[in-house]
Amino acid sequence: MKLAYWMYAGPAHIGTLRVASSFKNVHAIMHAPLGDDYFNVMRSMLERERDFTAATASIVDRHVLARGSQERVVDNILRKDKEEHPDLIILTPTCTSSILQEDLQNFVNRASIISDSDVIFADVDHYQVNEIQAADRTLEQVVRYYLDRCHRQEKWDQFLTDAPSVNIIGIFTLGFHNQHDCRELRRLLRDLDIQINQIIPEGGSVEELQNLPKAWFNLIPYREVGLMTAMYLNKEYGMPYISTAPMGAVDMAEWIRQIQKNVNTLALSSSSKRVDYEPYIDGQTRFVSQAAWFSRSIDCQNLTGKETVVFGDTTHAASITKILVREMGIRVSCAGTYCKHDAEWFKEQIQGFCDEILITDDHAEVGDMIAHMEPSAIFGTQMERHIGKRLDIPCGVISAPVHIQNFPLGYRPFLGYEGTNQIADLVYNSFALGMEDHLLDIFGGHDTKEIISKSLSTDIGLIWNPESRLELSKIPRFAREKVERNTEKFARQKGIETITVEVMYAAKEALNT
Amino acid sequence: MSVKIDETLTVECETGNYHTFCPISCVSWLYQKIEDSFFLVVGTKTCGYFLQNALGVMIFAEPRYAMAELEEGDISAQLNDYEGLKKLCIRIKKDRDPSVIIWIGTCTTEIIKMDLEGMAPKLEWEIGIPILVARANGLDYAFTQGEDTVLAAMAHRCPEPEFSVRERKETIQNFFISHSRKKEELVEYANHPSLVLFGSLPSNVASQLNLELKRQSIKVSGWLPAQKYTDLPSLGDGVYVCGVNPFLSRTATTLIRREKCQLIEAPFPIGPDGTRAWIEKICPIFGIEPQGLEEREERIWESLKDYLDLVRDKSVFFMGDNLLEVSLARFLIRCGMIVHEIGIPYMDKRYQAAELSLLQDTCMKMRVPIPRIVEKPDNSNQIRRIRELQPDLAITGMAHANPLEARGISTKWSVEFTFAQIHGFANARDVLELVTRPLRRQKNLEDLGPTTLVRK
Repeated sequence: MKLAYWMYAGPAHIGTLRVASSFKNVHAIMHAPLGDDYFNVMRSMLERERDFTAATASIVDRHVLARGSQERVVDNILRKDKEEHPDLIILTPTCTSSILQEDLQNFVNRASIISDSDVIFADVDHYQVNEIQAADRTLEQVVRYYLDRCHRQEKWDQFLTDAPSVNIIGIFTLGFHNQHDCRELRRLLRDLDIQINQIIPEGGSVEELQNLPKAWFNLIPYREVGLMTAMYLNKEYGMPYISTAPMGAVDMAEWIRQIQKNVNTLALSSSSKRVDYEPYIDGQTRFVSQAAWFSRSIDCQNLTGKETVVFGDTTHAASITKILVREMGIRVSCAGTYCKHDAEWFKEQIQGFCDEILITDDHAEVGDMIAHMEPSAIFGTQMERHIGKRLDIPCGVISAPVHIQNFPLGYRPFLGYEGTNQIADLVYNSFALGMEDHLLDIFGGHDTKEIISKSLSTDIGLIWNPESRLELSKIPRFAREKVERNTEKFARQKGIETITVEVMYAAKEALNT
Repeated sequence: MSVKIDETLTVECETGNYHTFCPISCVSWLYQKIEDSFFLVVGTKTCGYFLQNALGVMIFAEPRYAMAELEEGDISAQLNDYEGLKKLCIRIKKDRDPSVIIWIGTCTTEIIKMDLEGMAPKLEWEIGIPILVARANGLDYAFTQGEDTVLAAMAHRCPEPEFSVRERKETIQNFFISHSRKKEELVEYANHPSLVLFGSLPSNVASQLNLELKRQSIKVSGWLPAQKYTDLPSLGDGVYVCGVNPFLSRTATTLIRREKCQLIEAPFPIGPDGTRAWIEKICPIFGIEPQGLEEREERIWESLKDYLDLVRDKSVFFMGDNLLEVSLARFLIRCGMIVHEIGIPYMDKRYQAAELSLLQDTCMKMRVPIPRIVEKPDNSNQIRRIRELQPDLAITGMAHANPLEARGISTKWSVEFTFAQIHGFANARDVLELVTRPLRRQKNLEDLGPTTLVRK
């Protein structure tokens, strides 16, 4: 038992639901009590999703507790099957079903005999894995299910596509800037003349998963989700994969070179010609991305040696740390991640780029560390943004968990060459604001602070009796002054001298009319 | 046009597959209401994730609530629950020094049968802070019913009248206060048995209702909950109680059975019609003839005219998730709206009897059929009905709001009614402000083009 106010990664079923609802025509049924379908709210509100989220609950209530789910789960699966004809139904366990220990696999077996949809049981344990790990597992599970089946049915078509092609694995709903990143990757691959075989899970169809092995190799932009699938495809089908995140100019170049190597290795055995992307990298780095030039421009001299703290998921925290240090000349006092399960990789990546490494999922620890270091800027999640607010340190948000403002409508990739521009802006603006703030502090603000009072109460003394004074103090601060002003105005009009609680509310009513 | 008026009120029941908030969300408003409390939710990451996302920004303001997050060891009983909770509560006492700690039991504590009620008194004695237990879990309750479980638990802790510390304090204070004040009090209030109102309202809404009753020379001797846990009202034989919210049936039962209070059955003070009916039910209990209510209600309706013009003859569909539905529907029908369906998580016909009969009267008065009331609704069936009926407004949870908007159905998030100030005469406008907002926006966006924004 531990005291917790906040968490970076959600419970396991959220990961499964994110993968399930990203696929086209896949329905998730949660085995959960009333109120656990909060995922639908998040998807509808944060992603501003226009469609109903394909996730429902098979409700666990008092009766289920007493007698077991019995027919209920099977009935709910069959009902969904009949109503919406999904390709796949994923029965998703929650923390509640983990302890009820009902044989959900058995329900799945029974339902799949009758239903037209495929039915699987998500193999995630609430107490073993978190949201991110569960998403990774579920994606692998779905891919494995369809490839295995295809194998059994011997409908196997294992030929690679003629031209070089890739799968992009791990783009999905409620991911940090995933939609924009995906668009940027498409553009890059088109420039490199590489076809996209499939993008999963976002917008993908499970019926087509059997064609995954036709791609020459796999791209895993974010290592949190997709790596398991890539490793499985590598083991079973010998598909190579690139798990470098194409974030920042240096890693971009590295990523494209890996693609080149893979294309050329496979090109040997097919009729395609060898490729050379070096001129492309050179042109993009120098002229398309403004980031390299920007770092050398005079503006960025001010950033030299400034101290920062970076915190986020492994992919973003590691990439941003490297960008800050080697591409912008900023010092990272501490870099950290909440993905404890992938800590070794993270440490290895940022070795030598920062003074300290912090692996924790306790936001208080991160807060204490930031307070202790007093950096000029923070790059972290929404939590670090709030920590920054409290400590008066500017913060750029670089990783999930995030709020609605981190699902921008405008084009804001973090990956690719356009991504380098976006990151440069984000970094620069965080510091510039911090600097401005500091200067304002030194010189005492923009303006002298004598604001002429908007209240009319200076001339004739209206008396607020103790009760009304108390009542006024209960009104939230942002509205208090307005209420005070309106009440006094009302009192003056009515010729009232002593303001009582009654007068306050009479004023409110009068205002309504 | 003649309308066939259906006079019978029936409550249907569907499958219960609907979206609502978990009842532990009551923590969010109760910790703000009860200033010296600390809420400890004993549950899993799922509960925590819900709270942190549903409550958004509040989490960063050093809230007086936290999760006691159960780990695998707690579930398999390898760890000692009592020692675990004791450790956390001692830390809370040290860091925050609350006057009461409220344990919120969840689905998990139900399933593993953690004996919170058994542990609380022992721990309370050991650490010297009152510990209340409320089982606000998703297995049994929906959304606002969470408050009901907390208040029911709190009712047990209310002092009995003769031992009330507060009254004693007051007597002492009165002794020192000048005579004029005392005289004023005597004429201000009729001499009547004490009246306690139950239901958590923002403090200024509570004082508005206090004032409303004061106008009828009725003194409200206390609220459950009060602003401070240490100020809980005295309850007992001969004390009259009256609810202000429709989801407080357990609290009402507890007050009647355990605390021996007299329950005043009344509609709820939502909308000017509801507020008037509420006061009119309270007055006769104390032998008071209500004064000036008719004019007052009339004046409020008058002031709502601009909004009434907007809503008249528009239709509305309540999907149901917070138990305020019947009261809101009754008010909106009185405003001239047509209600297709009142979805509601749970319908206590006894506790809501007066409200239901006011609904019936209102329908007769406005010459509209009584809408169907659907308990434990089924969201997918409801969406089918919404598609058929094409209401002007669907009052629904956030899970369905955007998808419905994209299909050209205007929606209002039901959750907002829970957090907005909707009680009493003065706040009737706020209800309509919420209800008309989607309608007004629609008007503003008339020139924007298509309202249906999904691919077929």
